[in-house]
Amino acid sequence: MNTKVASSDTYLPELVNQCRKLGKAKREACAHGLKDVRDAAVEYVLASKFPTTRDEEWRFTDISEILDIPFQVPDVNRESSLKLSDLTLPVRDKNALPLRIVFVNGYYVPSLSSVEASLLPTLGMEFFAGNLTQAPGNYSDRFREYLTQSQEYHDVFAGLNMAGLVDAAVIYVPKNQAIETPIHILYVAMPGETPILSLPHCLVIAEPGSSITFVEDYTVIGKGATFTNAVTQVWVGENASVNHTRLQRESGEAYHVGLSAIAQARDSRYTCNAISLGAKISRHNLEVLQTGEQTETNLNGLTMIANEQLADTHSAIKLTKPHGTTNQIHKCIVADKAHGVFNGKVFVPKPAQLTNAAQLSRNLLLSPKARVDTKPQLEITADNVKCSHGATVSQLEDDEVFYLQSRGLNQDDSRNLLINAFAAEILNRLPIASLRETLYSAVNLMKR
Amino acid sequence: MIIENSEIILSVRDLTADVDGNQILKGVNLEVKAGEIHAIMGLNGSGKSTLSKVLAGHPAYEVTGGEVVFQGQNLFELEPEERSRAGVFLAFQYPLEIPGVSNLDFLRVAYNSHRKSKGLEELDAFDFQDLVEQKLEVVKMNSSFLGRSVNEGFSGGEKKRNEILQMALLEPKLAILDETDSGLDIDALKIVANGVNELANAENAMLVITHYQRLLNYIVPDYVHVMADGRIIHTGTKELALELEERGYDWVLQESAAEVTA
Repeated sequence: MNTKVASSDTYLPELVNQCRKLGKAKREACAHGLKDVRDAAVEYVLASKFPTTRDEEWRFTDISEILDIPFQVPDVNRESSLKLSDLTLPVRDKNALPLRIVFVNGYYVPSLSSVEASLLPTLGMEFFAGNLTQAPGNYSDRFREYLTQSQEYHDVFAGLNMAGLVDAAVIYVPKNQAIETPIHILYVAMPGETPILSLPHCLVIAEPGSSITFVEDYTVIGKGATFTNAVTQVWVGENASVNHTRLQRESGEAYHVGLSAIAQARDSRYTCNAISLGAKISRHNLEVLQTGEQTETNLNGLTMIANEQLADTHSAIKLTKPHGTTNQIHKCIVADKAHGVFNGKVFVPKPAQLTNAAQLSRNLLLSPKARVDTKPQLEITADNVKCSHGATVSQLEDDEVFYLQSRGLNQDDSRNLLINAFAAEILNRLPIASLRETLYSAVNLMKR
Repeated sequence: MIIENSEIILSVRDLTADVDGNQILKGVNLEVKAGEIHAIMGLNGSGKSTLSKVLAGHPAYEVTGGEVVFQGQNLFELEPEERSRAGVFLAFQYPLEIPGVSNLDFLRVAYNSHRKSKGLEELDAFDFQDLVEQKLEVVKMNSSFLGRSVNEGFSGGEKKRNEILQMALLEPKLAILDETDSGLDIDALKIVANGVNELANAENAMLVITHYQRLLNYIVPDYVHVMADGRIIHTGTKELALELEERGYDWVLQESAAEVTA
């Protein structure tokens, strides 16, 4: 066990070394062609540097304190001591999210998951939800095809995730199938004696004409430092429709870096609802590539942070073909000394004519020491497009609070109502009613 | 209506108040009894709106002297929400928009905060809906207003009617209407005025702050006060409003100045 504090030069090689040793699981996964993916990722990480605030992409997000913590990548462990009752599910009504894929410290736990075919009576045989290493062999080619394409995501943390890729949560939706029941993917980090680095990976493939709603949910059970470094790949086929909710509610001792990489074929629709509540420091990279015409992307983001939390969202939408639509709204509610960061890139190159792109960043500061850095970044070279962007930073106005007080609400309730209202615009877009209600309760805890 | 020996609802004595260190109210005296409708008129900057905000407890206004007694209680000991629950209602000149909160939810939390302070059980969504549907008639609103966000995208007239709807629900002892008529066309003005008249009774009192005599054709005041430079300088009956409309304010200001020098 390595207990010595690493320097930025040795930190990544040490973690890569741990990834290489992930034993049993490594052999299991070879069947899906993961060895090549891992080897390439190892090379990439070893050639990269740990990011600092001198890197433009990390200017406002100082993650150097991670270097002081000797994180360990746990080896495969299918026997989790967790019971279903230990999990706080984000919805009270279990029927609202009956299908569940649970990963603990980066590994699939069948006893906590619920993906039985009996829960999917209306589905054809070809639909698959579960984990990669246990997927039937006939899916292998399709999965390998997508996983090997993923090497193009060049970011050191995505690389590190790939270097340790031994399993993944997988959802495969066959052509023209509409899956009505949402799927819940729960990633639990459980710190043990040593600080835990978990590397959860998720692959969602929606074949042409299909539709699916899924919820990714990152949480921590227990005390201690955790570092979740996640990658989710979503492939949206021609004319397919994917609704993706990403809920990050990790503990105050958690570090979280996550990449959501989405590729959309022509005529497809993709919606992301990204809700960041937890972690001491978190970073969400959201990258959407529109590869075909008339593609629609909706990104809804809500960050609610307090104390000394830092939450950073970097999004990049790349359009490549005509008639694309993107709608993005990102909201931050920042209390105490917390710090929110938003950077939203939209690329509209010459071939992407007749694009309709809108971006809005709205921020609510609840204390004088709260801070937000927001940066819309539009690069437009097409000349026949409609693109708009805007950013606002505000605080609760005395006049607004007074209006509510003058109707009989006390000051706390008045402030809460206004904060709720600010969050509601995003929460109302969540596709599952009971999830909306749970998150409204979370907003109420922001009370100052 | 003026009623002999009726209860004194509001008593303002030598009230002075500042905003950002500037003295705006310079000694206001006013007594309002149950059943009465008082109109306060005056030029811009005379202190009319400041008086309404001070009475409702806006934090930006600092009371520097004098006293205000509301139904025997020192008003300045109460927080804004306590004043509301005790029966003070301010219809805002510029009602705020609250995107994301439905009008129905807003009205219900406001109504229930009053119920709770009286030790009454809160109304659930269904019972409240029944109640509010009845009150909608007071301001001729249809129930589609309830589903929309508070005042968001409302026209000027709709916002003012929404204020009167809140007043109808909360049934205040003292309603202060701060330029409720400003910016209203004649149809909206009639609806608002009829609503106010319907709510006025022998137990409550109205303080109608306005810039224009026009409103007072529809809400007939028992007293008309003229405010200038932070004081009430003249008090008369409803005929005074007509005279002000015809002759302007200069003569009142001059008479008042003459009284001071005399």
